[in-house]
Amino acid sequence: MAGHVLLIEDEPNIAEAIRFLLGRDGMRVSSLSDGVGAAEAVREVRPDLVILDLMLPGCSGLEVLAAIRAHPETGSTPVLMLTAKGQGRDREAAEKAGVDRFMTKPFSNAEMLASVRELVQR
Amino acid sequence: MAMTALTGTRLRERRQALGLRQAEVAAAAGVSASYLNLIEHNRRRVSGTVLEALAAVLGVDPGVLSDEAGAGIVEDLRAAAAAAGSATGSATGAELDRADEFAGRFPGWAATVVALERRAAGLERAVEALNDRMTHDPHLSDSLHEVLSAVASVRSTAAILAETPDIEPEWQARFLRNLHQDSERLAQGSEMLVAYLDGSDLSEAAGIATPQEEMEGWLAARGWHLPELEEGGEGEAALEHEIGALASEAARVLARGFVLRAAEEARQMPLAAFNQVLAACGGDPLRVAARFGVEVTAVLRRIALRPGAEEGLVTCDGSGTLTFRKPAAGFSLPRFGAACPLWPLYAALGRPGSPVAVLVETAGRQSRRFRVLAQSRLVHPDGIGGVELREAAMLLGPVLRDQPGEVALPVGSSCRVCPRRGCPARREPSILGTGGGEDSP
Repeated sequence: MAGHVLLIEDEPNIAEAIRFLLGRDGMRVSSLSDGVGAAEAVREVRPDLVILDLMLPGCSGLEVLAAIRAHPETGSTPVLMLTAKGQGRDREAAEKAGVDRFMTKPFSNAEMLASVRELVQR
Repeated sequence: MAMTALTGTRLRERRQALGLRQAEVAAAAGVSASYLNLIEHNRRRVSGTVLEALAAVLGVDPGVLSDEAGAGIVEDLRAAAAAAGSATGSATGAELDRADEFAGRFPGWAATVVALERRAAGLERAVEALNDRMTHDPHLSDSLHEVLSAVASVRSTAAILAETPDIEPEWQARFLRNLHQDSERLAQGSEMLVAYLDGSDLSEAAGIATPQEEMEGWLAARGWHLPELEEGGEGEAALEHEIGALASEAARVLARGFVLRAAEEARQMPLAAFNQVLAACGGDPLRVAARFGVEVTAVLRRIALRPGAEEGLVTCDGSGTLTFRKPAAGFSLPRFGAACPLWPLYAALGRPGSPVAVLVETAGRQSRRFRVLAQSRLVHPDGIGGVELREAAMLLGPVLRDQPGEVALPVGSSCRVCPRRGCPARREPSILGTGGGEDSP
């Protein structure tokens, strides 16, 4: 399916697997490996969906999410957040910051693909 | 002079203690008996002049009767009732309007209630601090993050390989390489986690190290050898200032017990003679024990606690509880809970007097072999008809040379952190996720 996804994930092997998975599904995937400048990249790229890791070097995923939501041009961009922690308060913080979907690692590929398709179509 | 309702209660108690009637005391103090009755039941505040007169009749200092501290304890009691109510989410049923009477009539009990409330508050703060530390511990968080990230990558990559039959060869090669990298990361992350959980400094930092750990920590700092106890040394008394510096009384008691026994064994087996006999007996503890006429368990202890000894030593009581742990490099000893049930220590515990000599191999990626000798003994401290106690000791020696065809007994540290699959002795699943029904306890 068509769509442009911006993937912000510092784990290279996870990023590679997601890129392959979404690429095979017909999506275009751009990647960033840290949070610094990520919000600016969202403004430039204007993706249909941002997949954002919670724990990023330089600038946390929550800070990136807040910056995306704060800007009028990107405020409504769907964001799927990934975390390896999966703790209740991370989810709560992400929901407060305006995340659209929250997935904990390890996730299933089918679950990831289904969520991405749904969010890209919004 | 400030008055509290306690004053009346105290006046009454003092009068009754002296065996005086209200009328007598009232007359002597120049007040009516009915007025004194109201004062004693805390229904009238008493003026300074009247209080002085009553105190003079009762032979006490007026300050004792109107003690300001009494008001303090009433406030403390009310605070204790409020704290208990807030902890349980409902009123405690404490008679708040009679707190002053309680404090006046039962000052010892009142002080105990207040002290218990303060202790409970202190413990709650400690629990909160520990909980906070567990939640925010950066080492634990980093290790878990590393493991979960590697697992996420392995799961996604493996699923791609399994579910994409027409995957291009270059992608396949790339994902296989990623799988290999992540499996290495996973193994390292798991080991970090185990090392942390098994050897965490959390309890020491939080001040909750067990007395046994405190004592073992002191001995480890001394290199597991106390030259003061050897021939020509200064004796047990020279260690008292170090023992006195241990944090808990329980640790000091354990340390004194250890020193007494070590001193006795040093006298029975003087170091120079012991080393000579040990060499002459080819390192066989049973022969050494026979030469000195001592218990084998004492010889095992003496071997492990010689200066610079590489051997580890573990002892346990009849319940299997580890009572002493000197680690041997590469052989992990559990800090909490029960040890591996396959340890020869426990085989020996069930066969007092019979030595159990086994080659063991530890579980894990860096498994190592050890020559182990374990033996237990029965003790009857109260003689015939008294209790029977058991003590077992296990010496962990390095393997100097492998015997061809010799099979090692696989052992772990404790089930919780043991990765060995299919172990028939497993009590509980491992946090290392050995998984599968075959590993269920």
